Amino acid sequence: MVTRSLLRPLLDAIVLVAVVTLAWQGLYEYAGDVALTPPLETVSLALDLLGSARFWPHVRETGLAVAQGLAIAVLGGLSIGLTLGIHRLSGEVAEPILVALYSIPKITLYPVILLIFGIGMPAKVAFGAIHGIIPIIIFSMNAMRNIHPVYLKTARVMRLGPLPLATRVLLPAALPEVFTGLRVGFALTLVGTLMGEMFGSQRGIGFMLMRAMGSHDMATIMSVTLLLVLFATLVSVALLVVDRRLHRFG
Amino acid sequence: MSTVQAKTTPHAVVTGVTRVFPGAGGRAPVHALGPVDLVLARGEFVSVVGPSGCGKSTLLEILAGLQPPSQGTLVFEDRPVCGQVPDGVGVVFQENAAFPWLTVRENIAFGLRRAGVDGAEVARRVEHALGLMGLADFARSYPAQLSGGMRQRVCIARTLVMQPRLVLLDEPFGALDQQTRLLMGDELLRLWRETGATVLLITHALDEAALLSDRVAVMSARPGRFLDMVETGWPADRDSRLVEDPRLGAISARLWSRLREESLKAMSTGEAAR
Repeated sequence: MVTRSLLRPLLDAIVLVAVVTLAWQGLYEYAGDVALTPPLETVSLALDLLGSARFWPHVRETGLAVAQGLAIAVLGGLSIGLTLGIHRLSGEVAEPILVALYSIPKITLYPVILLIFGIGMPAKVAFGAIHGIIPIIIFSMNAMRNIHPVYLKTARVMRLGPLPLATRVLLPAALPEVFTGLRVGFALTLVGTLMGEMFGSQRGIGFMLMRAMGSHDMATIMSVTLLLVLFATLVSVALLVVDRRLHRFG
Repeated sequence: MSTVQAKTTPHAVVTGVTRVFPGAGGRAPVHALGPVDLVLARGEFVSVVGPSGCGKSTLLEILAGLQPPSQGTLVFEDRPVCGQVPDGVGVVFQENAAFPWLTVRENIAFGLRRAGVDGAEVARRVEHALGLMGLADFARSYPAQLSGGMRQRVCIARTLVMQPRLVLLDEPFGALDQQTRLLMGDELLRLWRETGATVLLITHALDEAALLSDRVAVMSARPGRFLDMVETGWPADRDSRLVEDPRLGAISARLWSRLREESLKAMSTGEAAR
C-alpha cells in the first residue's frame, strides 16, 4: 500500500514529462528557433544556467519572496479559514466574497499593491500571499464545516474541554482537507510571486524572465521555465504523496 | 420474572419530556417528541422501538444531555441533567464514530486518556476491552481497515472502558447484517451482565428488542409517545438461542400489532403523521 502510494504519483509525473517533451519537440519542428528552443538543447542550457553566477542571486530573491509569502498565506489562511469554519454565520457571509476574490485575476490589483508597498520585496511577498491565502482559507473552512457531526457528539459524551476538542478532534479530523488546501496554496503562492516579479521588480526569476522576453532571449526564457516546471513538479509530487497518505484513512 | 422485579431502584427518570424543533425559514415548528415519561431501573435493559422519525433518537440525545428538552425534566442518579453529558453516561451512535486518524487501541484509550486516568490503568482496561470484543489482533489497525461490525465493536469498547453506569445505544447494529446483529446482541448481553450497567437500546428491529430486553417500550408515530410497555420476562443469562423459543415470536407479534398502524401513519404524508 505504501509503495503503491509512493510509486503512483511518480509514474504519473514520468508519463506527463514524456508527453510534454514529445509535444514540445513537435512544436519546435513546426515553429522553429524564433519561437522556442528544442528539449535537449534546453536541458543543456538549463544545466549551464545552474552553473552560472548570474542565476543564483535571482533564485535566492525569489526563494525568499515565496517563503515569506507562503508563511503569510499559511498562517493567515489557516487562522482565518479555521475560524470561519467554526463560526457558521461568518463562514456563510464570507464564502461568496472569497469565491469572488478567488476568481478575479489578481493582476488587476497589482498596481494598487505596488502603490502600497513600492517596488521590491514587500510587493512580491504581498502578491504571492494574496494568491496563496484564498485557497487555504476556502479549504480549511470547508474542512472544519465537513467534520462528521458524530465526532463532535462523541467528544461531548467524553466531556472534552474546548482545548482538547480543538487539538484532539477538530484538527486531526480536518487535517487531510486542510493539507489539500496547503498544496494548492503553495502552487498559487509561487505563481503569484513570479507574476509580481515580472512587473515592477528589479530582481528574481520573474524579473529574469521578463528581461529575457524584452531582448528576445529564447535560451534564457526556455531554460528558466524548464527549471521552474521541474521545481514545481517535484514539490507537488512530494506534497501529493503526503496528501494521499493523509486521505488514506479518511 | 424475579430478576425483573428485583430491579426497582430508579436510575434515570424522564418526566413529561417534549421536544419541539423551532421552524426555520417561515416553516411551522416540528413537534418531534412527547410528552413522554420513562423510569429506567438500575441494571435494567430497556429497548425503545417505534416507526422511523418518531423521535427515538431525539429521546436518547435528550437523555444523554446532548440536546435540551423543550419541556419536562430528566434526572440521572438523583441529579438533574442539563446542558452537558453527565458523568457515568456512555453513548454508542448508529454511525461509525471511530476516529479514523487513530488506531483501534488509541480509539479505545481516547476517553480514558482525556479523563486523566493513569497510564497503567488505561493499558489494563484497553487490553481487557480488546480481548473482550475480539479486537486483540487488530489493536494496531486503523478503522478504515476494519469491517463495519468491527468498527462498531471499537465504538462499544471505547464506551465501555469508561465504565459507564448508564449505556445509551442508538441503533448500534443498524448497518450490520442479520447474523452479525445476533452475535453482537449476544456480546452486548454478556457485557451488560458483567458490568451491571443500565442499558437503553434504540432500535427499529422488533425481534432484536424482544430478544435482548427486560422491557420494550413501543413509541407512536411523530410526535413520539409511549403506546405500550412490554415485559419480556427473560432470565438474565439469555442469548440469541432464544430465537427457537416460541415466546419470542409472541412478543414480537405483540410489538408489531401495536406498531403496524403507527408505521403506516409514519409512511403516509407529513400532514397525516401529525
